[in-house]
Amino acid sequence: MTADPAGGTAPAPGEDADGRPSLAVWKFASCDGCQLTVLDCEEELVALAGAVRVSYFLEASTEAGEGPYDLSLVEGSVTTPQDLARIAHVRRVSRRLVTIGACATAGGVQALRNFAEVGDFLSVVYARPDYIATLADSTPVSAHVPVDLELRGCPIDRGQLLEVITAYLAGRSPDVPRHSVCFECKRRGTVCVTVARGVPCLGPVTHAGCGALCPAYGRGCYGCFGPSDSTNFGAFVPLLRRDGMDTLDVVRVLRTFNAAAPEFAAVSRREEAR
Amino acid sequence: MTDRDTRVVGVGALGRVEGEGALRLSLRGDEVEHAALSIYEPPRFFEAFLRGRGHTEPPDLTSRVCGICPVAYQMSACQALEDACGVVVGGQLAALRRLMYCGEWIESQTLHVYLLHAPDFLGCDSLFDLAASHRADVERGLRLKQAGNAVVELLGGRAIHPVSARLGGFHRVPSVEELRPVAARLRQAMEDAARTVRWVSGFDFPDAGCDHDLLALAAPGTYAIEGGVPTVMDAPGLHGLRADSGQPLPTRTFGLRDFGRHVVEHQVPYSTALHSRLDGRRHLTGSLARFAISGRELSPTARQAAREAGLGDPAEGAVCRNPYRSIVVRAVEVLYAVEEALRIIDAYEPPSRPFVDVPPRAGVGHGATEAPRGLLYHRYRLDGTGTVLEADLVPPTAQNQGAIEEDVRRAVHGRLGEGTATDGELASLSERAIRNHDPCISCSAHFLDLTVERG
Repeated sequence: MTADPAGGTAPAPGEDADGRPSLAVWKFASCDGCQLTVLDCEEELVALAGAVRVSYFLEASTEAGEGPYDLSLVEGSVTTPQDLARIAHVRRVSRRLVTIGACATAGGVQALRNFAEVGDFLSVVYARPDYIATLADSTPVSAHVPVDLELRGCPIDRGQLLEVITAYLAGRSPDVPRHSVCFECKRRGTVCVTVARGVPCLGPVTHAGCGALCPAYGRGCYGCFGPSDSTNFGAFVPLLRRDGMDTLDVVRVLRTFNAAAPEFAAVSRREEAR
Repeated sequence: MTDRDTRVVGVGALGRVEGEGALRLSLRGDEVEHAALSIYEPPRFFEAFLRGRGHTEPPDLTSRVCGICPVAYQMSACQALEDACGVVVGGQLAALRRLMYCGEWIESQTLHVYLLHAPDFLGCDSLFDLAASHRADVERGLRLKQAGNAVVELLGGRAIHPVSARLGGFHRVPSVEELRPVAARLRQAMEDAARTVRWVSGFDFPDAGCDHDLLALAAPGTYAIEGGVPTVMDAPGLHGLRADSGQPLPTRTFGLRDFGRHVVEHQVPYSTALHSRLDGRRHLTGSLARFAISGRELSPTARQAAREAGLGDPAEGAVCRNPYRSIVVRAVEVLYAVEEALRIIDAYEPPSRPFVDVPPRAGVGHGATEAPRGLLYHRYRLDGTGTVLEADLVPPTAQNQGAIEEDVRRAVHGRLGEGTATDGELASLSERAIRNHDPCISCSAHFLDLTVERG
């Protein structure tokens, strides 16, 4: 067992009588796609249900077990006043807290509001904005509580999710590489769409994990795993321009599912100000 | 239940539904004063941030409305944007879109049948309990779901938020060889799907009906999935019939361009999702509506399975208005989608290009497809450069909220007529009435530019 990164506030493990650790899945503002990835582990699901006690997973179960939980998977971003209290509660009752996906890790597509006046957005969608309680910004979980691990992706990758769960069950650190999509493209044997066809591609600045899907499907990476740990936008943005993108295109391509990830947000704001 | 004071029953957080909702029942004696489905799923403002985006972007952006039906969003968006640009996608590209949609129907409807809905009939809290007591059934369900995922994964790279759909078609289309293993898997899935229909048809169904107008797309010669004409079947009450009547009733149609004049959304204070009414009346979309309106177009295999499952003969216009039996209709639709996917693969010839060009032009476009949970409408207004000026999304669960509340009211009223009931019993009864319609709550909490202001 590794030291608790939340500063020793974690409760005792929530193992049941069979010694199975407990798992909780929480939802904040999101599309449900990342927690659905748990249910998309068809071949592993029955084994998983044997290895862990699924104590709280509202989408899959009407039974809501009591905490504390050994592992909490948190989907979604923090967008309402109630969310602030709820995420603090989740942290308190969780030994390990792993965010799953772009919403929980970077604010998600709904963080596009962070670049606008939320009052304007409200009145576009709702006739009576006064009925709606919402925060001005959509923020990641890590803006509010300590997080043990962030899984990237919109949606997360099934293989990475299983890696995290099995690593924690085995008491080792998860192997989740933080390099760029380019490495995965090479490994997959895909011809580089930028070099060969001049297609703009976010692969060089995007976090690995998807297996380099988009280039294999004939399009440039659209950055749904957010920034990698080794971006060089000073060299990268001119490449996008060389391949036909104007300022508006550059801003748009950086403002999708990870728009509020600090590296993407800084470059999109800088480009917008040009 | 003898006192005349109002009693309030709350169901704090609905389980086994997609997204976040709660229910509040106000009772006075045996009467249900109000059943309020409160969707507290936080708003995500899709219609607002779509403004100013390029016309090629909504398929990828709007798929993030819903992780359970992303293909539906991609397809409704493509159709609406192509309509705005005056482009029609046909031939094998249209067939591949239907194939991808069949994959989503298989996996998404199987998810509901096995993981979300079946536990209600078998006295379990979840799939995880079900796996202990009904392991073979759960394994069949997961296999079937996986077959649907395999279709979407091959065409789109991944099952959730697939990456290949684009305006005009696909970024990449599969080869005939790549489709072969998927076809082999689908052939195995035919048996699993047929057994699923038989399995769920043996569940114990409460007597129930629904007195709602039914809205679904209809397309000549096929069970409408990826397009069609909005078609409405009257509620039985309009014809003096009981809510559980199995009788087919007259239908009417309207053009997709007029969707916003017929389906009008309004806001209620207790929900972040907008409610909507069809020509001023409560309506229902989804499996029951599709089966009533397009049942004749099901394949002979699916029609026979429906007959054997006690749904009546779709060729004779059978209508099922018992919402508990929607699980049987969904299973029949899965069987149909598996067979239809195989038919498309058998007839597949790779198109010469994976997409047709969709140059932007100023205009308004409309698109509607049958998401697993019902009719999903998109409308976009573009300027001459393709910039989105307005976007409207009308998802099925938003449309179904009124019908769901009425079903809850009817179920609770019926139960109270039989004698005293605890809050817990009423809560679980209400949850079942809600899950019958497979509400997709994340979808429903972001909408529209409104023309009506309510106080």
